[in-house]
Amino acid sequence: MKVTIDGQSIEVEPGTTILQAARMIGGESVPPAMCYYSKLKGSGGKCRCCLVEVSKGSERDPRPMPKLMASCVTGVMDGMEVNSISSQRVLDARKSVTEFLLINHPLDCPVCDQAGECDLQNLSFKHGAGKTRFIEEKRTFEPENIGPNIQLHMNRCILCYRCVMVADQLTDDRVHGVMNRGDHSQISTCISKAIDNEFSGNMIDVCPVGALTDKTFRFKQRVWFNKPFNAHRDCDKCCGKTTLWMFGDEIQRVTGRKDIYHEVEEFICNECRFDHKDPSHWVIEGPRKFEKGSVINQNNYTQKLEKVTIETEHNILLGREQDRKKISMPDVPLTEQGKKKLKEGNV
Amino acid sequence: MGRKILLEHANVPGIKTYEVYRKMGGYASVEKAIKTMTPDEIVEEVKTSGLRGRGGAGFPTGLKWSFLDKKSGNPSHLVCNADESEPGTFKDRYLMEYIPHLLIEGMITSSFALGAKLSYIYIRGEYMWVYRILENAIKEAYAAGWLGKNILGSGYDLDLYVHCGAGAYICGEETALIESLEGKRGNPRIKPPFPAVKGLWQEPTVVNNVESIAAVPWIINNGGEEYAKIGVGRSTGTKLISASGHIKNPGVYEIELGLSVDEFMNSDEYLGGMMNDRPLKALVPGGSSVPILPAHLIYKNAEGGDRLMSYESLSEGGFQTGSMLGSGGFIVYNDTSCIVRNTWNFSRFYHHESCGQCSPCREGTGWLEGVLHRIETGHGREEDIDLLWDIQSKIEGNTICPLGDAAAWPVAAAIRHFRDEFEYHVRFPEKVKNRDHYVAEPFEKVKHLVTKQTV
Repeated sequence: MKVTIDGQSIEVEPGTTILQAARMIGGESVPPAMCYYSKLKGSGGKCRCCLVEVSKGSERDPRPMPKLMASCVTGVMDGMEVNSISSQRVLDARKSVTEFLLINHPLDCPVCDQAGECDLQNLSFKHGAGKTRFIEEKRTFEPENIGPNIQLHMNRCILCYRCVMVADQLTDDRVHGVMNRGDHSQISTCISKAIDNEFSGNMIDVCPVGALTDKTFRFKQRVWFNKPFNAHRDCDKCCGKTTLWMFGDEIQRVTGRKDIYHEVEEFICNECRFDHKDPSHWVIEGPRKFEKGSVINQNNYTQKLEKVTIETEHNILLGREQDRKKISMPDVPLTEQGKKKLKEGNV
Repeated sequence: MGRKILLEHANVPGIKTYEVYRKMGGYASVEKAIKTMTPDEIVEEVKTSGLRGRGGAGFPTGLKWSFLDKKSGNPSHLVCNADESEPGTFKDRYLMEYIPHLLIEGMITSSFALGAKLSYIYIRGEYMWVYRILENAIKEAYAAGWLGKNILGSGYDLDLYVHCGAGAYICGEETALIESLEGKRGNPRIKPPFPAVKGLWQEPTVVNNVESIAAVPWIINNGGEEYAKIGVGRSTGTKLISASGHIKNPGVYEIELGLSVDEFMNSDEYLGGMMNDRPLKALVPGGSSVPILPAHLIYKNAEGGDRLMSYESLSEGGFQTGSMLGSGGFIVYNDTSCIVRNTWNFSRFYHHESCGQCSPCREGTGWLEGVLHRIETGHGREEDIDLLWDIQSKIEGNTICPLGDAAAWPVAAAIRHFRDEFEYHVRFPEKVKNRDHYVAEPFEKVKHLVTKQTV
C-alpha cells in the first residue's frame, strides 16, 4: 500500500497505521503520541495528540475525511494522503490538546523526576502556548502509597492508560486501574493494595509524564547529569538488557532500553530494575545514544573525538618549559647571574 | 388527532400484564415473523419502512441491521439501549414502564431478524423500578413460550436478559454500553471496527434504542410501506417526544413526524401553549446535547418556512440557524429563563458524565463548566465569552465519541444566539449574583444595556 504523509510517500504493509507509517518516514512528520505504545495491545486513540488530517481517503474513495483522525489507530489505505505537520488545522488541534493536557497538570518540572525525559515537556515545547488561559483551580488528588518501588503522583497523570495496559498485559493479577469518571478519573489501587508483582516496574517506563516514578531514584539526580550505559546480565525472568543510569561508579537507576519514541525495546523485571545496583552485576556494553534533541545528551560524549593540535609560537612554549623546570626544581642549577641575583636581590 | 403506533394501547388498564397485552393483539408480529418470514425479509421490511434510530442520531435502522457481519460465523447479538440519560429525555422510560411487552415483542422479532440467540436490554441504573417491571414481563414471556428454546416450534432459541448499568450517561454510547455489558469500565471503543462487525464479546452486535425496537412489531404487522406513509420525507413514522419546561402540558407525546412545531407547541392536544402565557424565549428540541434555538427560529426557519417536527426540518440551516430532533427531549423556556444558567447546568452534567478517556473532553468539559460557573455567579471576565467559544470549538470533533460534541454544541449555540446575555452577566455582575435574577427582571427589560454582537 502506498501512503503519502506531508508529501513524502512510502510503501507499507496492509494493517499499518498512519502513525507507524509516519515513523517509518521519520522526521518532523511523525505525530506526537502520549498514549499510544506499540508494545501494548489496544493502546492509542485517547490522548488525541496524534490527530492528522486525511486529505484523501484512498485511491478507491478519494474523499477527504471530515474530522481529524487519530493516526495511532487509523489504518492506512492504498493511495491515502495525510497532512501532519503541514496542516494548520492539525497544528491548531495539537496546540489545543497540549493546552487541555496542561490545565490540570502541575508545572513542577523543577522537582519532577521525569524532567528531561517527559513526553509532555516535549509536546509543550513544540505545541504549547507561552501562557495559560486557565484561571480555575487545578484538580488535585490526595497522595497515595502504591508500593515500595513506585511513586504515584496522581496530579501529574494524564490518563494515558499505558500503566493499566502494562499491568493487564504483562502480569497475571492487575490490582490497579482507572477509577471514577471525567477529570476526576484516577489511577489507583482500589484498596491501596501494593503493586508488587515482578513486572510492575515497567509502569514507570511507560508513563509519559512524572505520574509514576522510581522510588529508589527519587530526587537523586537530574537525568542529564547521569551517564547512561547499555548493559546486560543473565536473568531468568526477562531479557536482562537494560540502560544503567550512572553517576561516577554508582548505578542510580536501571530502566528498559528506550527507542527514539521513548518506548522500551523489551520489558524488564523488577529484580533487574531495583535489586542490582552494583556495577559488578552487569556487563556494560557502552554509552547509550539518545535522539539528537534530547537534553540527556548534555555532557554525554558518545562520538569519537578528533585530536586537536594547537600550533602555538615555539618560543613561548620554550620559555614556559624553562620556567616549569626552575620552579620547585632544585636539581636545575642556577647560572652565575642567577646566583648573584639571589644573593643581592633584584635591586 | 395524530396516529398512534407505540402508545396505541397505553391507556388500556392492565396493559403491563401479559394477558391483557396478548388480548390486545400482542406478540402477533413474532408469530408472523417466525412462521411466515425469513430474517432477510424482516430486515428488508424495516428498510422499506424508513425507520430511523430514535436514540438521537437518526441512522436508518434497517441499514444498520444489514451491516451485521453474518459471514463471520460468530453468533450475533441484539442489544437494546435503554440507558436513557440525556437531560430532558424521558420517553423510553414511559414505554418500558407502561407497555413493557411491546419492547419484548420487538426484541424477539428483531433478534429473529438478526439471527441473535442471546439478546440484552441494557437499562440505566437509576431505572430500578423499570428494571423490575421488565424482569417481570420477561418472566411472563418465558412462561408463555415466547422466549427460551424452540419458540413456536420453529427451532429458534432466544434468551433475553435485562442488564442494569451503574448510572453513567456515557454507557448510552453504543460501544461504551457494550464495554459495560462485558463487565468492563464504560469507555467508548474506537470505531472502526463497528459493533456490527465486532461488538459484544467481539461478535457481531446491533445496538438499537428502545423506541426503535418498539416500532418493529407494528412494521412487521402492517408492512414497511404502511409505516413509510406516515411522516414526511425521510422522517417516516411516529416519534415519542418528551416535553418539559414552561408549557401547560408537559409529558410524553407520540407525534407523526412532520407535525409543525407551532401545532405541537400550542394545540390543546399536545403542549397547550406556554405556561401562564408568558413569552417563549428558547427551545431545545432534542435533548440537552442539541443546539438551543431562539424564539424567532422555533416556528419558522431562517428562510421563513414552517419548522416541522422532523429530522430534516429541525436541522435546516445547520447549527447556524437550526438544531436537531435528537432524542426528542423537547425543553421549552420562557422569558424568565437564564440561558447562561441553563448552559452552565448542561455543562455541569457533561463534565460530570465525561468518561475521561480522551483529553479534549475530559479536560475541556471541566473547563467549560468552570468558566460558565464563574460567569453565572458574577465573576466573569470580558474575554471569557470568547474563551468559551474557543474551548468548545477545540472539543468538537476531536474526541472518540460524540459526548465531546454534545458538551460543545449547547455552549456554542447559547453563545451564538444569546451572546448578549453572556455579556450582561459579565458587565453587571452585581445583578446576576441573585439566583433568580431573571424571574425578577426578564432579560428583555435589560437587553438594551448590552450591544448584541454576533459570533
